[in-house]
Amino acid sequence: MKPIEIVFYVLTGITLLSAITVVTARNPIHSVLALIATFFCLSGHYILMNAQFLAAVNIIVYAGAIMVLFLFTIMFLNLRREDEESKTNLTKMAAVVVGGILMVTMLLVFRAVQLPAVNEGNFDARTGLVEQLGIMLYSDYLLPFELASVLLLVAMVGAVMLGKREAGDRHF
Amino acid sequence: MIIVETRPALSLRIYIHLPFTILLALPIFLALSSGFVVVGVYLERKISAFIQDRLGPMEVGKWGLLQLFADLLKLLQKEDIVPAAADRKLFLLAPSVIFASVFAGFAVMPLTPDLQGSATAVGVFYLMAIVSFDVVGILMAGWGSNNKYSLLGAMRSVAQIVSYEIPLGLTILCVVMICQSLNLQEISFQQGIYTYEPNYLFGIRALGIDVTDWGGIFSWNILRNPFLLIAYVIFFIATLAEANRAPFDLPEGESEIVAGFNTEYSGMRFALLFLSEYAMMLLVAFLGAILFLGSWNTPLPNIGPVRLADWTSGSPGTVWGNLTGAFWLLTKALAAIMVQMWVRWTLPRLRVDQLMFLCWKVLTPIGIVLLLISGVWRLLMI
Repeated sequence: MKPIEIVFYVLTGITLLSAITVVTARNPIHSVLALIATFFCLSGHYILMNAQFLAAVNIIVYAGAIMVLFLFTIMFLNLRREDEESKTNLTKMAAVVVGGILMVTMLLVFRAVQLPAVNEGNFDARTGLVEQLGIMLYSDYLLPFELASVLLLVAMVGAVMLGKREAGDRHF
Repeated sequence: MIIVETRPALSLRIYIHLPFTILLALPIFLALSSGFVVVGVYLERKISAFIQDRLGPMEVGKWGLLQLFADLLKLLQKEDIVPAAADRKLFLLAPSVIFASVFAGFAVMPLTPDLQGSATAVGVFYLMAIVSFDVVGILMAGWGSNNKYSLLGAMRSVAQIVSYEIPLGLTILCVVMICQSLNLQEISFQQGIYTYEPNYLFGIRALGIDVTDWGGIFSWNILRNPFLLIAYVIFFIATLAEANRAPFDLPEGESEIVAGFNTEYSGMRFALLFLSEYAMMLLVAFLGAILFLGSWNTPLPNIGPVRLADWTSGSPGTVWGNLTGAFWLLTKALAAIMVQMWVRWTLPRLRVDQLMFLCWKVLTPIGIVLLLISGVWRLLMI
């Protein structure tokens, strides 16, 4: 086995373990922390595929920003053991159905899609680096890119509107 | 699953690293960041004493030089206390997570023209990502302690670090736009006499004054685009907040919340948290020096026949070049740390609302304007 394959299998093992911990952990905080670990391992997979930019973005956005928001919320809510009651059989059934459907969909997709083989002769090692990605975004995928930026702008304006002090509010 | 082996993502213009330099850079930085805590704490105490007209530590050794070793000895002997109501696993793991995420930042730092851990093409971006990860460790420490002061401290710390990442990111982006690279070594090469593209006075090509041969301070980023000097000030303020240093040390405001997220820690775990704080100071000082202050390049320019830049910086690949490189970079970083300490013992702590006002309504708008100016400046440079 090549060293890179050993790295891949070890990383995959850790990813799966932490992903299972997300579901099985009793404590929501442990769940979120395991999810952060999962994202970190996924970044490792991106690096193995030489998608360095994507790996950094994954850490900064998911592991860094969004998960910290999750942690914040859960810590403020201060969930206790007795809240477990809210997980009724009905919610569990619904979760199983939704999860099952997602799995079936993904299995079907992966069976249908044929991954193109990589030609090692003319493979560009710079694919997935920032420069290459930027060129792609600003040429072939310009419209979706700009649409996404408009979406972000809308979200930003919305956040400002929500956070704005209304007349008569206290200073802080 | 297709695995594509990663290859060194270097543009051919700059150095191809030998494997041993990669293996060499990491232990050097580990020694540097843990050795720095010894120097840093002594400096901090002596500087604070000087500013407050005291003597500082004087008892242990000549001029109190052995004070920190006595402190370390004491910390080693302390019992490693875990509160009964704490979340044991998180509590024990948190200091390591914080230190690991700060230390991981050193992986992309160049120390000399030849020494750099990883020459990855996403260098600065990776740094931003991994350093922001220490908020997870801080939250783990604060929540795991199961102590209201710890939790409040962690909340404050995280709110502050997440907010100040925005002006920090904007100023870093200014430099990246000027240099057109995310690799810190490539940014370093551009700011000296060993650059591969011509440098013009103030970066403006139309002026027609080629300063490539002058080198020294004239090729530093703060002079390649004079507005980056303002960017450096913002960067410096934002990094103070990132490192939880005064005047942004609300997370450990002694008068309100005992010691913040590290209230419950004792012994070596406390020492590890302390070490991460100083390692963070060192990291941001290094980053500031590399991005704005010419990295490992000499500040002295060549003036006609007086080849000061050539004399004070050896060419890359030679022992002399590495020695001078390390000397200049460390000098610049230590100077920035001195200013950090000077600020700490001069300015009082901010209030929470002042902190957020400064970040969102002062630094961020200036950062956005600077980003625009840098974009225009880049057009003047080519």
